[in-house]
Amino acid sequence: MNAWEESAISIATFLPLLGALVIALVPREKDRLVRGLGIVVTGAAMVVAVALALDFDYGSGAPLQFELNTTWIPAIGARYHVGIDGISLPLWVLTFILSFLCAIYTWRYVPSPGKTKAFLALMLMLETGMAGTFIAFDLILFFIFWELVLVPMYFLIGIWGSANREYAAIKFFLYTLFGSIFMLLGFLAMYFRASPHTFDILELQALGASGGFTHTFQLVAFGAVGLGFAVKVPMWPFHTWLPDAHTEAPTIGSVLLAGIMLKMGTYGFVRIALPILPEGARVYAPWIGLLAAIAIVYAALACLAQKDLKRLIAFSSVGHMGFVMLGIATLTTIGINAAIFGMVAHGLITGMLFFCVGSVYDRYHTRQIAEIGGGLMQKLPYLGGVFAFVSIASLGLPGLAGFWGEVMALLSSYNPAGVLADQVGLFRAFMVAGGIGTILTAGYFLWMLQRVNMGTVPDRWRETALPDIVAAEWVSWVPLLVGIVALGVFPRLLLGITDGAVESLMHLFTG
Amino acid sequence: MIALVLAHEEAAEAAGSAGLTRYAWLIALLPILSAALTLFFGKRTPGRGWIYGVVTVGAGFVLSLGVLWHFVTGGGPYASSVEWFQIGPLEMTLGQYVDGLTAVMLVVVTAVSLCVHIYSIGYMHGDSRFAWFYVVLSLFTAAMLNVVIADNLFQLLVGWEVMGICSYLLIGHWWEEHVNSSSAIKAFITTRIGDVPFMFGIFVLIAATGFTTSNIQEIGHLVGDGEVARGVVSIAALLLFGGAIGKSAQFPLHVWLPDAMAGPTPVSALIHAATMVAAGVYMVGRTYEVFINADPWVLQFVGVIGVITAVGAGLLGLVQDDIKRVLAYSTVSQLGYMITLMAAGPAGRNAAFFHLFAHAFFKALLFLGSGSVIHACHTNNMSEMGGLRKPMPVTFWTFLIGSFALAGIPPLAGFFSKDELLVALEHDHQIALFALLLFTAAVTAFYTTRMVLQTFFGTYRGHGHPHESPLSMTGPLVFLAAATVSVGFLGFAATGAPFFDWVFLEEPEAITFVPWIAALSVAAAGLGLLWGWVVYRDWQAEDPLVALGPGYRLLARKYYLDDIYWKGIIRPIRDNVAAFVNWTNQVVIDGIVNGVARLTRRLSDGIMAFDEEVIDGAVNGLGQTAGFTGGLLRYLQSGNVQRYAAFLFAGVVILAVIFTRI
Amino acid sequence: MIRLPLVLFFSAALFSIGVYGVLARRNAVLVLMSIELMLNAVNVNLIGFSQLWRDLTGQVFALFVIAVAAAEVGIGLAIVMLIYRNRETINVDEVSLLKW
Repeated sequence: MNAWEESAISIATFLPLLGALVIALVPREKDRLVRGLGIVVTGAAMVVAVALALDFDYGSGAPLQFELNTTWIPAIGARYHVGIDGISLPLWVLTFILSFLCAIYTWRYVPSPGKTKAFLALMLMLETGMAGTFIAFDLILFFIFWELVLVPMYFLIGIWGSANREYAAIKFFLYTLFGSIFMLLGFLAMYFRASPHTFDILELQALGASGGFTHTFQLVAFGAVGLGFAVKVPMWPFHTWLPDAHTEAPTIGSVLLAGIMLKMGTYGFVRIALPILPEGARVYAPWIGLLAAIAIVYAALACLAQKDLKRLIAFSSVGHMGFVMLGIATLTTIGINAAIFGMVAHGLITGMLFFCVGSVYDRYHTRQIAEIGGGLMQKLPYLGGVFAFVSIASLGLPGLAGFWGEVMALLSSYNPAGVLADQVGLFRAFMVAGGIGTILTAGYFLWMLQRVNMGTVPDRWRETALPDIVAAEWVSWVPLLVGIVALGVFPRLLLGITDGAVESLMHLFTG
Repeated sequence: MIALVLAHEEAAEAAGSAGLTRYAWLIALLPILSAALTLFFGKRTPGRGWIYGVVTVGAGFVLSLGVLWHFVTGGGPYASSVEWFQIGPLEMTLGQYVDGLTAVMLVVVTAVSLCVHIYSIGYMHGDSRFAWFYVVLSLFTAAMLNVVIADNLFQLLVGWEVMGICSYLLIGHWWEEHVNSSSAIKAFITTRIGDVPFMFGIFVLIAATGFTTSNIQEIGHLVGDGEVARGVVSIAALLLFGGAIGKSAQFPLHVWLPDAMAGPTPVSALIHAATMVAAGVYMVGRTYEVFINADPWVLQFVGVIGVITAVGAGLLGLVQDDIKRVLAYSTVSQLGYMITLMAAGPAGRNAAFFHLFAHAFFKALLFLGSGSVIHACHTNNMSEMGGLRKPMPVTFWTFLIGSFALAGIPPLAGFFSKDELLVALEHDHQIALFALLLFTAAVTAFYTTRMVLQTFFGTYRGHGHPHESPLSMTGPLVFLAAATVSVGFLGFAATGAPFFDWVFLEEPEAITFVPWIAALSVAAAGLGLLWGWVVYRDWQAEDPLVALGPGYRLLARKYYLDDIYWKGIIRPIRDNVAAFVNWTNQVVIDGIVNGVARLTRRLSDGIMAFDEEVIDGAVNGLGQTAGFTGGLLRYLQSGNVQRYAAFLFAGVVILAVIFTRI
Repeated sequence: MIRLPLVLFFSAALFSIGVYGVLARRNAVLVLMSIELMLNAVNVNLIGFSQLWRDLTGQVFALFVIAVAAAEVGIGLAIVMLIYRNRETINVDEVSLLKW
């Protein structure tokens, strides 16, 4: 243990918050300086994060690395306990990468009404909140980071959003808050049930694994905590805030929302709900699986009916998160690995899709599929090409990142964990539903491509000069595109990190 | 079981140097390289990028021949793999399994792909997305080769689906036209409907190994040793066959293939005739252990599907005007043949592979020939062609060779393979299938004759002056024609049928030549030919088949299958069900959310009223009282200094009085 | 030697005249002069008692009062001057600035 190991993740996590303060002090007129600062701060944080990832010991089965556990609020027993393992590392690093790319994207586009300073400061605050959630190993700390995310996102949607932004922002805020109240109650219940009282996730996990919580208590606590996570994921039928928030949010808001924030919910399931409350997980797993299967088919069908491009992508997120939740619900190593893979892949792919849609909107000033009217590939060949590529990745083509998460989730639901042995038939039905979902997913994506990308340019756009992809976009997109291909061809890049950690998590489960 | 495989490999090692088979994976890797190079540098390369594809696939072809030589000289199979990734207990490998079958398929794929790569230089000349066309063509070749050499099912699945997307991209290559992009979507979705059961079949097999491997050979041994319950094997086989139904365009999912003709013709030759559509057949043969160890009804089901497809599609070929659609339906029909053969046990499997092998060459030849015709006439419709044998001699003669092969005229490739096919069926006592396929052979000969007569004989009915295609297009035609003439002998009993020494499942089986079956087969083909000649010899205006009345209409409407799918499934789901789901989302689920919000607001309105009226009323009341009193008192403050002084004085007096009192 | 009661009576009369002047006169200058009368009444008292107790403190205080009175009259007259300049009057009834 040296200073670097103890402080590295805290430095990376809080660097953006510091950057937000610095940006707040810069005079309003120095717009370029502000944007440059945004790139520098997120870039520096990313460098620290990547350095840490390189320093990460992939071979060791140690549960936590770069751990720091020190007193924080002794009065209530909350500690500043942070650390990182194979489950959180990919999501944590992804947070920094996506934020950095968003900052680069902002170099060119700050959505109306401007106010670059506030925009970037809020984005940096958001980054700290998201990154913190993935490293917190104390329930109170986790909760604070979790809630820290809400405020900046509320303002990002409420100020920089499009027409119906206030409704969407308030809906997003209240709905998530509604969920997190239950989550907090669940946390408190665990705290008081544990003896000695503790908020420490690792201690609670050990307690849960050794049967420290009664069956009834687990049911209640899992219900409360799970509701909080389920709203964030969002699982069907708690998903209706998502399409609104996505549709109204500015581009980078959507990217970060889809790319990282949704994963906080699924991460919560994997990190907190499952290992601490294994009995509860066992009882709720079929229900979670059912909701996930419904979400997959339901979202795909809803996508077919969407007329707004961004709303369509938002609904596709619901379906993809359905696959993630299906993987989690199987309670198997393969399923949870698949879930984490699905989270990262969805972060890359859907983040990229939102970038594309944002850029389309930036040029056409409409998101209505009918108004764009096709011919995107003719008008803007590169943008159209990238959009087509990412759409195809999103429909789960093998060889691209989206495939492995989905197919492994389905594979795991063919044979769920031993504790769910009497529900095998049910899970196989979910698998079939998931399979139908993949067909429908291919259907709506290809149909969308046909209506947006293909065909000839309608008359109304023929005379309008629209720029194709510009430098800032290329710079912020290429890493994502490379990532999509790399993870698709070498899933080991990710599974090599997560597999060991998931394995040791499952040990808690099966004893 | 694993020891078995290891022993297998050791045996392979012991059988002598594995030679070039070690590097078979290179054949699959080269086209990926070419795809990347063409993608990034294609447009800046002289000739706009065809060079990468032609060179790499050509190198692959040479390598494939080397690999095949290993088996010609009696070498054994070779397997090698590297770890791909590990997920829980499941270890995924990236590997190659090269046996005679693989080697033959490598040769077929690289040969046809090379022809198509060269042919497209001329055919796609001047196309606005020329380089992109080559990117996808190379990517497709890589995917198909990956399917061929894959030693495990997941790797196979990856190639399988990548082929699907390449097919989608190429069918929709001219996406400016709505009908092309619609056909592309139809192809992708329809095959994916088959891919999902295929994927589930893979799951079943992986689960049967206890989630340890997806290696085809290991699974084969496991299933062969009876370590998996028969019911499970049957379900797995049925699910796997779902993939073949989609990919190899079997009834009822065959509908995508004729529409796939919207793509450029070289693509039709490569993907929708010679290779990708054969992948389903290949997969069934590759996982054949699963099929023969399943309950017998599974293979019977396979056979029934195959026959329905062979007969049904053959009849549809009769009424098409689009030359490519004739070929497409004949492809579906021939694929039905192969699938039927798969149902006839190991000998049938081998015969199916022989037919696949021969069919790839002559069908590619026919498609490329039709492409040459289309290139010259600028139309797909045979009613606008005619009399082309004079201006296009090379195309005519090569096309004629392909047509005779398709019709099954000896001594061309098609004859031998069809003959093998019938022998295998007869051997298996599948008399009904035998008769139906014999009938289909006659039908095939009939529509082939119709096609040739309409295209090359009579007088020219189209516009402009057609002329022979450039060398880059006729070259591959000649090559494929030569192959069509020669490959048939590989399966001929008189030459020792070396083909069957390469692709056997368990052990090489002596192939028998049954004279009466051969005679029957030739008779059927001859009958069809003759009949076609009689009907279409001097046909000009309306198709004589229209006289069939309702039967003709049934065929022209493609048995109404497309209508049923479109009106009965796709449109209701796409429009009505989707709209309903969206409605439930907006009105029901979101309605609940908004309702809760509204209720909360209503409640808070009430609370606010109470707060304003009662609680705040009390507070404000206090304030108002104070203000009122103050208002009264303020009149004392007149501003008159003397009055103030008087008050002061009075105060002093009063105080004085009070104090003196005390 | 004057007897103390006489002094006190004189002082009381003087103070009463001053009070009357302050409360009843309308002319601001006269009001100021009346205040002087009241102050001087206090002075007389101080000196009278100083004499009685043979203590000089009273006389010292009287001197202070005289100095303060001079200053007060100075400022008072200045205010009156300014009011006159602004309002053309020195009638205290008409100058009701110290109002709510």
